[in-house]
Amino acid sequence: MSLSVDNLRVYYRTLRGDVRALDGATFKVADGEIMGLAGESGCGKTTLGKSLIRLDGRMRLVEGTVELDGVKLPLDDTRAMDEFRFRKVSIVPQYAMSALNPIRKIGRMISELLASRGVSYDETLPELRRRLGLVGLEDEVLDRYPIELSGGMKQRVVMVLSTLLDPSLLIADELTSALDVSTQRAVAEMLVEFRDRGFVRSTIVITHDLSILFQIADTILIMYAGKLMEKGPAALVVDDPLHPYTRLLVGSLPEVGVRYEERRLTGIPGRPPVLLDPPPGCRFRDRCPLASAKCTDEPPMVELVPGRHVACWEAAA
Amino acid sequence: MLELTDVTKVFKTGTFGGGALTAVSGVTLSIEPGEVVSLIGESGSGKTTIGRMILRLTDLTSGSITFDGSDVTRLEGRALHDYYAKVQGVFQDPFSSFNPVFKVDRVFEMIRGNYLRDLPPDAWNARLRSSLEAVALEPGEILGKFPHQLSGGQLQRVLIARALLLEIRYLVADEIISMLDASTRVDVLNLLGDLKARGLGILFVTHDLSLGNYISDRTMILRRGRVVETGVTAKVFGNPVHPYTRTLVASVPQLHKTWHELDRELQDAPLAKVGAAPGDGLVEVEDGHFVALAQEEATTT
Repeated sequence: MSLSVDNLRVYYRTLRGDVRALDGATFKVADGEIMGLAGESGCGKTTLGKSLIRLDGRMRLVEGTVELDGVKLPLDDTRAMDEFRFRKVSIVPQYAMSALNPIRKIGRMISELLASRGVSYDETLPELRRRLGLVGLEDEVLDRYPIELSGGMKQRVVMVLSTLLDPSLLIADELTSALDVSTQRAVAEMLVEFRDRGFVRSTIVITHDLSILFQIADTILIMYAGKLMEKGPAALVVDDPLHPYTRLLVGSLPEVGVRYEERRLTGIPGRPPVLLDPPPGCRFRDRCPLASAKCTDEPPMVELVPGRHVACWEAAA
Repeated sequence: MLELTDVTKVFKTGTFGGGALTAVSGVTLSIEPGEVVSLIGESGSGKTTIGRMILRLTDLTSGSITFDGSDVTRLEGRALHDYYAKVQGVFQDPFSSFNPVFKVDRVFEMIRGNYLRDLPPDAWNARLRSSLEAVALEPGEILGKFPHQLSGGQLQRVLIARALLLEIRYLVADEIISMLDASTRVDVLNLLGDLKARGLGILFVTHDLSLGNYISDRTMILRRGRVVETGVTAKVFGNPVHPYTRTLVASVPQLHKTWHELDRELQDAPLAKVGAAPGDGLVEVEDGHFVALAQEEATTT
């Protein structure tokens, strides 16, 4: 069991109180699993991803534990976490294209990063070159500045760099969102290849785009307003969603072949609740067509069929 | 009718303007009332520049744009003012379209001050209410609010409502869906469909093929400023002929079909044979479906 997250709660401190961005997440990611983490803006998906590697100054770990390969991660101890970062847990941040130091050549930057982990650049260089070759980059990018590379090239450099020490867990946050469609496919397929080659053990792919996850993820975890809604095999979550939110979300997505004149899609009326002091119970209930009195109690995440978890009274009934 | 003929835009680049970048090259396009035309392209394809030229935010290098027969590029003063009463634009980022210091009402008041000064207060209120209604906004939830108090989808709809206060005939919608959440973006798309039914001509600029496919009657695929393939939407997407269009269609992540299944499908469909090109380099492969010759591809790449 590679990653195991138990009741993780991370709030943002604000002057008006705590924003409950991640409110009790329990899930597992198996060895070799690519888990897609999907949801709309403000659902807490990035917060969840960031919590697993670095809590920033405004984030507060309220409760919960995270185990990676049987070792508990010291999430709220930023110094102790340093042992794990880059070696065990690595991240491709959102806007990875601007994650590179603009005043260092790529090679020098990588060598400095490796040195900070006590790894020799010269010894790593052959493997680094091999991996750059795998993603279609020439060795000479190491002598270039980030500004000399295109967006897709930078994204690939960051991918290779983040996985250079073969981490157990890679968190890829909106990896492909800023890319053009043709580059998007190449970069997304790289994630699968990196897993197949064993460069990373487990991967969490965070995105708002369900269709990308359908292409590359093994499982999909759906979040809404700081809560987990549903987790299951990617094809089943898309084709036969259990949670009403997932069902409405999938139904609102235009795709090639669906035309306005033939089939008019509908969005989900309403807005997610404010997470400053959210109402008790299911957070989707205000927008849910199936909501009943029961929904004022919070539905637990239950395993309905093996491998398929859902947090909804109606779906579980 | 809004017509672009052989429109070209060359930007000067470099510190002293020595370099030149051809952003749009020989694009011919027309939009009829009650029609949605999609301009689809990746970054740098010139799709936004075309929209900006229609709105007179960017000058043309050569070619012409006409609105019901009159030359748009030469309009000035009063005539330009009147043109904007007929043709309006909405852009990608709703948050930066508003001045955060003022309430959102200001965008409506500016239209009133510029165009509808003679309208009595009652008539103005009725018109404001009806255009907010047209975009499915509750006046009470919108008026008197600051931009940060509204969601992206609401702000985007406020901007469309602003355009509807005027009796506009054409709307340039540049990536207006991109910043919106999945569960609300389809509502804005449907809104465009409703406006189309009311006789509005819409130029829908997007990089997202599935959105373009959903809403538009005709589609134009652009690459590096050139038209690659254009025609009736169902034909362009159902039977992509140009290699570039095929790559695009094959790269779009779909919800119920994997990339590998798509590759296989496209492999099975042989590339259509195209004949010699007439003047503008576009060949009609079937009724209402035009494609640029692939040879031209080799010279541009």
